Amino acid sequence: MAGSLRSLSRHAVPAATLAAAIVVWELASHILRIPKFVMPAPSQIAAEAWEWRYRFLGHSWVTLYETLGGFALSIVVAVPLATLIVYSPWLRRALYPLIVLLQAVPKIAVAPVLLLVIGYGETSKVIVAFLVAFFPIVVDTATGLAATPPELLELSRSYRASAFKTFVKVRFPMALPFFFSGLKVAITLAVIGAVVGEFIGSDRGLGYVILSSTSYWKTELAFASMILLSLIAILLFGAVCLVERLVCPWLAPAAEE
Amino acid sequence: MIQLEGVEKTYRTRRGDLVPALDDVTLDIAENEFVTLVGPSGCGKSTLLKLVAGLTPVTSGSIRVRDTVVREPFPDVGIVFQHPVLLPWRTVLDNVLFSADMLGLDLQRYRSRALELLTLSGLRGFETRLPRELSGGMQQRVAICRALLPDPSLLMMDEPFGALDALTREEMGFELLRIWEARRKTILFVTHSIPEAILLADKVAVMTPRPGRLARVIQIDLPRPRTVELEFDAKFKAYSDEVRGLIFAGRKARGDGG
Repeated sequence: MAGSLRSLSRHAVPAATLAAAIVVWELASHILRIPKFVMPAPSQIAAEAWEWRYRFLGHSWVTLYETLGGFALSIVVAVPLATLIVYSPWLRRALYPLIVLLQAVPKIAVAPVLLLVIGYGETSKVIVAFLVAFFPIVVDTATGLAATPPELLELSRSYRASAFKTFVKVRFPMALPFFFSGLKVAITLAVIGAVVGEFIGSDRGLGYVILSSTSYWKTELAFASMILLSLIAILLFGAVCLVERLVCPWLAPAAEE
Repeated sequence: MIQLEGVEKTYRTRRGDLVPALDDVTLDIAENEFVTLVGPSGCGKSTLLKLVAGLTPVTSGSIRVRDTVVREPFPDVGIVFQHPVLLPWRTVLDNVLFSADMLGLDLQRYRSRALELLTLSGLRGFETRLPRELSGGMQQRVAICRALLPDPSLLMMDEPFGALDALTREEMGFELLRIWEARRKTILFVTHSIPEAILLADKVAVMTPRPGRLARVIQIDLPRPRTVELEFDAKFKAYSDEVRGLIFAGRKARGDGG
């Protein structure tokens, strides 16, 4: 009884707050007669989104695969890079300043140049998403790999296990929680990267829809796209959390008695 | 079985200063002997274990195990640390099998032996549990089983019960003796506790710090199997006074205070 009450309050309270906010917003835009292009009412946004439902499907798909492409590329690049940094002090000295430098460059400033060089297709958006997403994965994975308890490394050494075996059986699994916290930051950044890429120049994707709708004063369409983008980001974040739970079941908090 | 001759170890700090950790340690350990190393922090006890295991090289002097000079790690050693350092994703059974796995042995063949060790240490029925579901004492038992699995002839224990509460600690000590009595091996056991050092050992090596020196090796002449009652024995008291005297004499001489 107490448990069901607690779970009710855990889900019902935030849902009710959200619903109340939407109702207040709806009422305010009618009572205060706010023009649609300044601040559309939720009902107007919903109507516009419904109108656009098939076109949205296509645009969402474009943004989604640009995001996932950049995210996948950042994993493929970041994990070996983190491994090299942790295993070789020489490479750490050589690569770390470069990685930090790359991170310090504002990606939004780089995006126009990238699009100019690579072209206005989806590839350039994948690259922008990759550029913003790979840094947290490198840093967190490297931190995780360096955090292996020294006793475990000594143990592996005393059993004369190869460095590769120690990496596969001890160091990498030990670093997985760090790796996944990097992924969680990276996936939300990858969405932003893809949208920034679309802002600079594109004819498809949710970023493109936002940009073009605002130039026609269709604020409600921009709002619908923003909400859709947020939903995609939340779903992707949830997917990463789900994969983490499947891959590292030992991290889940112990079941309450 | 193990001969240390004039072993010295000097570390270099980040600033490049040389810090002597061990100075002129000479020690003989016979096959199947239980030797405890006791002394205050910084006397080089743990360093000595690492040197014998071949994990770090000696600065000068020599270490021989079965007449072979130790230059690198050799697989005939089991190590137990102060913390269990189990792999959180492996079950209890798979954690015990970790040593065989890293040694590249046939895991199927070692399975029954792993279960046998778990039974011996009272962990039967827990083999499918994850480490986080176990108490500290149980986790340390798993770590000991892991070290014993490949049946090494040399077992190194670096303050293995140091993180446990006093009651569990005493219980684990007697359990270790029971296992050791069933399957004899040479044990090098580092501890801070004087009663623990005496209760377990055939030989207590008392060490003093800065730099780590071997103050005296005391042969413990108490009957086995050892029991809790021994702690009230006059001989036990005499040994513990002797050890305490050596450690405190070292402190007074250096002016560290009590």
